[in-house]
Amino acid sequence: MSARTTRAGWVWAGSAVLLSALAVPWFLWRDGTVVAGLPIWLWWHIGWMLLAAVVFSVFARRAWGVGIEEA
Amino acid sequence: MSDTVLQLGIVTAYLLVALGVGVFAYRLTDRTAEDYYLASRTFGTVVLLFTTFATLLSAFTFFGGPNLAYSAGPEWILVMGLMDGILFAILWYVLGYKQWLVGRKNGYVTLGEMLGDRFGSTWLRGGIAAISIFWLFPYVMLQQKGAGQAIVGLTDGAVPFWVGAGGITLFMILYVAIAGMRGVAWTDTIQGVFMLGIVWVAVGWVLSAAGGATAATDAVAASNPEFLRLGGGLYSPQWMLSTAISIAFGVTMFPQINQRFFVARSKRVLKRTLALWPVLVVLLFVPAFMLGTWAAGLGVEVPADGNVVPAVLEAYTAPWFTAVVVAGAMAAMMSSSDSMLLSGASYLTRDLYRPLTGRAAAVDDTLGGEATVARIGVVVFASLSFVASLYAPGTLVQIGDTAFSGFAQLALPVLVALYWDGTTKRGISAGIAGSQLFYIVSTFDVLGRLSNLLIGRPAVALPADYAGWTPAIAGMLLGLVLTVAVSVRTTKSVGEDPSVYAVSGAEAD
Repeated sequence: MSARTTRAGWVWAGSAVLLSALAVPWFLWRDGTVVAGLPIWLWWHIGWMLLAAVVFSVFARRAWGVGIEEA
Repeated sequence: MSDTVLQLGIVTAYLLVALGVGVFAYRLTDRTAEDYYLASRTFGTVVLLFTTFATLLSAFTFFGGPNLAYSAGPEWILVMGLMDGILFAILWYVLGYKQWLVGRKNGYVTLGEMLGDRFGSTWLRGGIAAISIFWLFPYVMLQQKGAGQAIVGLTDGAVPFWVGAGGITLFMILYVAIAGMRGVAWTDTIQGVFMLGIVWVAVGWVLSAAGGATAATDAVAASNPEFLRLGGGLYSPQWMLSTAISIAFGVTMFPQINQRFFVARSKRVLKRTLALWPVLVVLLFVPAFMLGTWAAGLGVEVPADGNVVPAVLEAYTAPWFTAVVVAGAMAAMMSSSDSMLLSGASYLTRDLYRPLTGRAAAVDDTLGGEATVARIGVVVFASLSFVASLYAPGTLVQIGDTAFSGFAQLALPVLVALYWDGTTKRGISAGIAGSQLFYIVSTFDVLGRLSNLLIGRPAVALPADYAGWTPAIAGMLLGLVLTVAVSVRTTKSVGEDPSVYAVSGAEAD
């Protein structure tokens, strides 16, 4: 595996950790603000999941195989 | 009473349609194991996505989740979102794609075969199958319990619990016996689409009757102000993370989910599915669990041992609609259960029955006499779990969590074995046996019961949590540490061959 694919692998691994870490908006802990009928922390979660979908689709198109397919 | 007849008619009709699809699929099924269990590895994007999704959708998500949101607040959406939308999607790639390549290269049908071949161990293969079938039991029971409750709730007790639970048992036995993976997957797809649609109709109907989302949420703010503030009560950060992590990893080791890692038609199918996970999860869980939360604000009464979703629909929509939703939920339980039983049957015949009859190395692919063994196994298993469902204590979420966490103990040793050539047979065996033992002793309070038996009082017990983290997480860590540490200190035995897991991606073409 070349240095370049290894680096890409780490970047994607970091993105995966970040996506997991902020799916729950910990910085809004104990916040109860309601916007448009739903708590604001729920809006964050919905937006974050859509972001995750975009990241996953970019990953699937451009980096699929990283860390698994050996040359 | 006429409402009850109408409702039961709708439920029965729905289940019969599902059965019809199974019969149709049966006519297209060859009598080979690969076709019966894996539909000859030919699933496309939509079918693979929905068959996995509908399998995830069970009494646990459809009744248990809203119940939890009703009693403790909507944070359960976050737990399920992180679990199924993000962690499971990542594992879909890390475990799923790797397993798909490895399975395609070597022709595996079960997780036990995959590990048994790599480590040259029939014991490991049989052990994985036995552990999996053990944890499958509470989860099948959960579906039967959910179905029994659903029918009781729908008919206000006119039809007793055992009829609902027994009815679904009968249906799933029939279904598995005739349909195979193709029929299961087709009904899953129909049900997945149906559920997704129906939950939005339900939310729309209830909200328009209750004056809109803002009014309904205001009512929650007035009656349960704690619900809208993130965290608090049951929801500690450690508990939320523990639950999401242990269930996400557990899901991947469920026989029916793990086996789906072997069934995609092409790499493209797996790729397309990945990005759809978080979207589907939001589309389904946000409305379903908010319905439970809003029900609390609207003052909906839920009978003891009942479920909030039918209760809120009963109060705000029409009886026929409640029946349609309950039918959908029962169908979801059925599709979860029949997938489980089908996969459990393949574990039983291939990883336990074959080795026990001295045919561990059999490569012949005809179902033959094994089909009879599989069917007897399914009937015995489903009947036992039905009887247990009549007596088992615990809520749907508790029972589900126990099963998921039991499976989760398998995930890390398997991951290590898939990616690290240095894993030895002794290492993975220690990791799997150690974590299972720990989790079983912890969950069923074995120490407390033993000491009660010996000296008449429960003198010792494992901790109920570890600085807020659940025993499931502690067990997973233990499994990881044991697998790695024992592997480092032992050498490979005869018959171990890490090269079977080396894949280039060319297998995909």
